Amino acid sequence: MRHEVRFSGYGGQGIILSAVILGRAAALYDGKYAVQTQVYGPEARGGASMGQVVIDDAPILYPAVTDPGIYIIMSQQGFEKYGVAAREDAIMVLDTDLVRSRPVCRYHEIPATAEAKENLGREIVANIVMMGALVAITGVVSREAIERAVLDSVPKGTESLNTRALKRGFELGERA
Amino acid sequence: MSRLEFMQGNAACAEGALAAGCRFFGGYPITPSTEIAETMARRLPKVGGVFISMEDELASIAAVIGAAWTGTRAMTATSGPGFSLMMENIGYAAMTETPCVIVNIQRGGPSTGQPTRAAQGDMLQCRFGSHGDYSTIALTPNSVQEMFDLTVKAFNLADRFRVPTFLMSDEAVGHMRERVTIPDSVDIVPPAPLLEDSLPYEAGEDGIPGFAPFGSGRSVHVTGLTHDERGYPDTTDPEAHDRLVRRLVAKVESARHDIADYEVINPDAERVFVTYGPPSRTVAQVMRDHPDESVGHLRYRVVWPFDESALQEFPDAKVFLMPELNMGQMAREVQRHVDQPVVPISKIGGELHTPAELLQALEAHR
Amino acid sequence: MIAPDWLREDRLPHIYCTGCGNGSVINCTLAAVEEMGWKRDETAFISGIGCSSRAPGYILTDSLHTTHGRALAFATGVKMAKPDVNVVVFTGDGDLAAIGGNHFIHACRRNVDMTVICMNNQIYGMTGGQGSPTTPTGAFSTTTPYGASEPAFDLAELAVAAGANYVARWTSYHVKELTKAITTGMQTPGLAFIEVRTQCPTNFGRHNKLRSIPDMIEYLRGNAMLRAKYDRLVEEGADIPEGTFTVGELVRRRRPAMGVKQ
Repeated sequence: MRHEVRFSGYGGQGIILSAVILGRAAALYDGKYAVQTQVYGPEARGGASMGQVVIDDAPILYPAVTDPGIYIIMSQQGFEKYGVAAREDAIMVLDTDLVRSRPVCRYHEIPATAEAKENLGREIVANIVMMGALVAITGVVSREAIERAVLDSVPKGTESLNTRALKRGFELGERA
Repeated sequence: MSRLEFMQGNAACAEGALAAGCRFFGGYPITPSTEIAETMARRLPKVGGVFISMEDELASIAAVIGAAWTGTRAMTATSGPGFSLMMENIGYAAMTETPCVIVNIQRGGPSTGQPTRAAQGDMLQCRFGSHGDYSTIALTPNSVQEMFDLTVKAFNLADRFRVPTFLMSDEAVGHMRERVTIPDSVDIVPPAPLLEDSLPYEAGEDGIPGFAPFGSGRSVHVTGLTHDERGYPDTTDPEAHDRLVRRLVAKVESARHDIADYEVINPDAERVFVTYGPPSRTVAQVMRDHPDESVGHLRYRVVWPFDESALQEFPDAKVFLMPELNMGQMAREVQRHVDQPVVPISKIGGELHTPAELLQALEAHR
Repeated sequence: MIAPDWLREDRLPHIYCTGCGNGSVINCTLAAVEEMGWKRDETAFISGIGCSSRAPGYILTDSLHTTHGRALAFATGVKMAKPDVNVVVFTGDGDLAAIGGNHFIHACRRNVDMTVICMNNQIYGMTGGQGSPTTPTGAFSTTTPYGASEPAFDLAELAVAAGANYVARWTSYHVKELTKAITTGMQTPGLAFIEVRTQCPTNFGRHNKLRSIPDMIEYLRGNAMLRAKYDRLVEEGADIPEGTFTVGELVRRRRPAMGVKQ
């Protein structure tokens, strides 16, 4: 089954990295197919950043995302630009404090940035918290796969911080 | 043992180059090709190669040609504006029969256009962009795996035919990430050496002279001027020019069936999509979702030299439909070779054709 | 005198006009190469486009006659890919200072280990005598029929400023000094730039009352002033005649260089 997943937030949150990690988990550790793409603007920081992943059991032909079923939204601007048109049967995971609006589709509020800042000590891992929540809520990839993909992708010395962030995300996702 | 990676197209292109033995990269940063330069900058010094950031694209391709003449496999990568700047020296490479690989991660043009959006607008430029008559080879990957595989192939073709060879990719494939298999080693076909009793620009039946890179003791004179078999300028004799330039074109064009690389799906079809690069994936999606034996697909992996015989694989074709990310560049070439109508389905602006758009085009030609 | 085995005798006669200074520069360069003991198979001559750039075509080594202005970029590729090759670039004022100006600056900045010899005849000779970036203010050419109104580039000073490890300027009259300068340049790791003011009686002299070869050579000799003398005159506040240019070694230094043979 084809899943289209879209991540959006502001530049610097690790939005595109999140998409890459999810694609990696599916393609290398879950035995599925994945294509990750993104939209680049001229900004390296700020602006609305967007990354997407297609995950499928069959080889992925058309590589673009046209109508995502899963959204991870981490900024208000990201919501307005890339999340507001979500179809009614989509699932959206949004950062409670950074997104003011709420979509018409089913959604889950995850206080990822607050959690990262206050309980994990590093705001930078908010995207990993979101990823954990996403996996717990949707099961789009396995927990084992996402954990391995996260460990592949984060800087040396930050492995345990990121593992804790991911696990915290699983918990928040289970409760959401 | 090959290894699996989840990798960006541009990175896979760089890995393909390294696997093919590329040991020189001269380039200038330009979106959306820059990751190729960045990967080469990181990796080349570790394998004894040279990465150099040149002052512009004119210098980049010049340095690549210089490096190639030392017998080093050499490459540059660029996009629209930089590709335009390279044109003069691409003609020089064609005239001097310098094997080299030029990667163009195409973006929307003309001019600065859309730096972060995909296009296929340089397909005629890579064939005809420099002045005068010559011929080149151009490959068009549609996946991250093909960014690796066709880069390797480009080096082998460049060496075999002693011709500048293009990997004509685009922002969509260059920036997408997919699973890719990186083999431990790849087949490397070096250029045929210059024989003891041959002149530096004396070619046999295949039209390809043997290669004597600098330092091999042959004192080869390389010039962009019209030259004789010794490599010496002969700029006024009409026959010398005729002989040289016709050979430069013929050595590639006469081998087009041999260089050809294409896929044929449903050869009995009446409505045939003709594609290269990423539009082929949308066509494949449509054909998987809506099986229909009257719909066929011809996908070119080598666009230049253009192998018109591939079109004959569809004897019942009534119409050829050509989704391209330009305003019908290769449709012109296809129309030259067939009597049936060739319908360009042109899309510009940076996004791929959607399956719905191609379904609509199919319906319109039922 | 140069051993004939360095010349492509099957390429003679050459295209240079009677009285052209380029032959002297080629001669001095090959004398320097012999002095260095370089082998033919380990040496490459590289050039762009113009009269000067035809020189590699007469020399029996691997040679790359490239596109207008780009010789240094091609040479950078050769030398970086194969540092064992001794690289000599012949260029001219139009090739180096006009269309190739950016490559000139960056080659000096990188300090790639090569010897760059510019035959500066202050004119576009091959195309028939148009004004170049080194045509002196007031000089006549087919495109400066009322006298050149732009100031001229000082190529040697430019190379010094851009970072070349060795820079000297002589004229085609000063053959002994020139040969020595080229040799010293070849011995110095990094980019050696030698500017040679040279005569073009056909296209510069003809428009500037220097039609005869001796007149042109006298014009070069007479306006050349040793750098030390020039500096002394400047210090003394003495008048320096118009048209004077310095000759001699402008810089010899050991900035980090690229592409040096191990």
